[in-house]
Amino acid sequence: MTSASLTLSARGVAGTQRFLAYAITIAALFALPLASHADGPVVAGMSQLLLGAALLAGIGLLIGFGVQGGRLLDLMLLAVSGVTAILLLRFVAAYPGTVKGGFWALVVALWLSSWLFVERLSAWDVTDRAAKRAIGLAIPLLFGVWVLVLWELLVTGFGVPKILLPAPSDIGLRFASSIPTLWADFRQTFLKAVLIGYAIGCGAGFVTAILVDKVDFLRRGLLPIGNLVSALPIIGIAPIMVMWFGFDWPSKAAVVIIMTFFPMLVNTVTGLASADRIQHDLMRTYAANYWQTLVKMRLPMALPFIFNALKINSTLALIGAIVAEFFGTPIVGMGFRISTEVGRLNVDMVWAEIAVAALAGSAFYGLVTLLERVFTFWHPSVRG
Amino acid sequence: MTDAAYSSPMGKVDSPFSRLMSGTTGPVIVVVAVIVAVWYIAAALLNAPAQRDAFQRAGQTDVTLAEFVVATYAQERPVLPAPHQVAAEIWATTAEKAITSKRSLIYHSGITLSSTLLGFVLGTALGIGLAILVVHSRVLDKSLMPWVISSQTIPILAIAPMIIVVLNAINVTGLWPKALISTYLSFFPVTVGMVKGLRSPEIIQLDLMKTYSASGFQTLLMLRLPSAMPYLFASMKVAVAASLVGAIVGELPTGAVAGLGARLLSGSYYGQTVQIWSALIVAAVLAASLVTIVSIAERVVLRRMGMAR
Repeated sequence: MTSASLTLSARGVAGTQRFLAYAITIAALFALPLASHADGPVVAGMSQLLLGAALLAGIGLLIGFGVQGGRLLDLMLLAVSGVTAILLLRFVAAYPGTVKGGFWALVVALWLSSWLFVERLSAWDVTDRAAKRAIGLAIPLLFGVWVLVLWELLVTGFGVPKILLPAPSDIGLRFASSIPTLWADFRQTFLKAVLIGYAIGCGAGFVTAILVDKVDFLRRGLLPIGNLVSALPIIGIAPIMVMWFGFDWPSKAAVVIIMTFFPMLVNTVTGLASADRIQHDLMRTYAANYWQTLVKMRLPMALPFIFNALKINSTLALIGAIVAEFFGTPIVGMGFRISTEVGRLNVDMVWAEIAVAALAGSAFYGLVTLLERVFTFWHPSVRG
Repeated sequence: MTDAAYSSPMGKVDSPFSRLMSGTTGPVIVVVAVIVAVWYIAAALLNAPAQRDAFQRAGQTDVTLAEFVVATYAQERPVLPAPHQVAAEIWATTAEKAITSKRSLIYHSGITLSSTLLGFVLGTALGIGLAILVVHSRVLDKSLMPWVISSQTIPILAIAPMIIVVLNAINVTGLWPKALISTYLSFFPVTVGMVKGLRSPEIIQLDLMKTYSASGFQTLLMLRLPSAMPYLFASMKVAVAASLVGAIVGELPTGAVAGLGARLLSGSYYGQTVQIWSALIVAAVLAASLVTIVSIAERVVLRRMGMAR
């Protein structure tokens, strides 16, 4: 490695990292008596696990003694952790609920080694912007993968009943086997209730904001009320909407409209007021009329505020539609599925549905953020 | 009214009335009055078909318009109850019922409020604790924070029924499951706000603490936490509102036992619209008062710390 990375790792090995490295070794050594604790004479996969423990212990010692391996050593750490994780997962799947102390010592060693890897990865001295972004993305992804692995190990290892908490693998299987149902629910709740309600609610909020902005009296009267309403539990309106508009998606869309209207109204009105006196004066010197000022200066100035509302609303809309379905639906829909499958104690199906909701929510939010980047490229927060 | 507000030119505001209208109080009162008026008109229109049927069935054909409108405001299960019906229901179920009665809205509000507050306190404590960890650990900052932020894009409320039912299965019932949902909802805004707040001291201030050879803990206690106070209160206002929503939604899947959410659910089962609306209004009042209490605490604390704006 280059001298730069050498000096860096020499500095970085101090303190926390050295402590972590030794802790890995100790935990991995505790895992070695694994064989004597297992049930039965010969357990398949045991020798592989022992190999993993030995490797972890070795690499812990290497880092602990301050061996200058640079990034190669870090990648080795990652590889050993990954292999050990896979071995642990295979082992626990073969002997659910019967694993013993040595196994958990290895899990602890794995946890420490992932921690150490992230600690070292975040100390990498990269100047390239793309590489920096890749590392910034890799660390949370690793964390997410680690949470899933730990979840799987704990739930299967302790034999937690599926009714309480299913393992991620069970949820994944259920997800894969019930895609038609999930898709039907997604179409009912997201493509109909959420999208239509979101479009109408945000649109109505926007148009109202433009009207309110024109009349100063209304602005002063409506803004405090709009702010108050944003803090209210509007979701409680759901049973009324179900009574008025029936069980199908229009009642859910109505809840979504009401929930998304006020954030949009308040944010747009605030945004329209964000232009400075001097900018108004400039438009006057150009002899711009009201509409020209609105379209060419005030609306672009308000865009960051409008996108803020659109982002808040993307979450609110999904919540509104799902909770409204708790008050009555036809026999399809994400909220319906969640409440009925909970009643039948099919918790893995509930988790699969929640995974769909989470994916849909993040994708929706991500899309709005992407649009924000496209439309407000000039804003300091986007230019970075 | 609006004409008066407009025709009085700025600078010549003398009479108490025009002074009222040039602030925010007057316009707010006018807007509220308009909303109430629209509500009355909508109630008459929405309840009209059912009322027409009722009169026809009773054989009454010669009702005047005034009688008809008054009748639409006095139905037992109106499509949209008139404001005074809701007010009467709220009065009847709060002031005229014993607090221990299962029909008392104060009783139900108390149940919802207790899990809201428990969840809010737990969530705020958890949020502050997590924010302190995140600010002091680079690994947590890089690995956990993106998830905390992206978790706000997920409809967390969807897991409420599962938490309730699953905890019921292991004999955890009553206050705690609901409080757990409130905790979950209120802890994210506090974490995000506090991380921002704990990072708000400027480099030069942190350098000063260094020249005093202050430890990390002393810096936290004497610089970071005090400067995070405005952020804490701003996020606590969001958190307390979210916490109430969590408590109400948490009461739905238990099957209408007690609490404001249960009142909403049983109202929707039996078509008791007046009951739904009164529970809704009480929930709104509760939310507004909780946010107001936090705002008052904010003003008092920030003024005592000399940070009031």
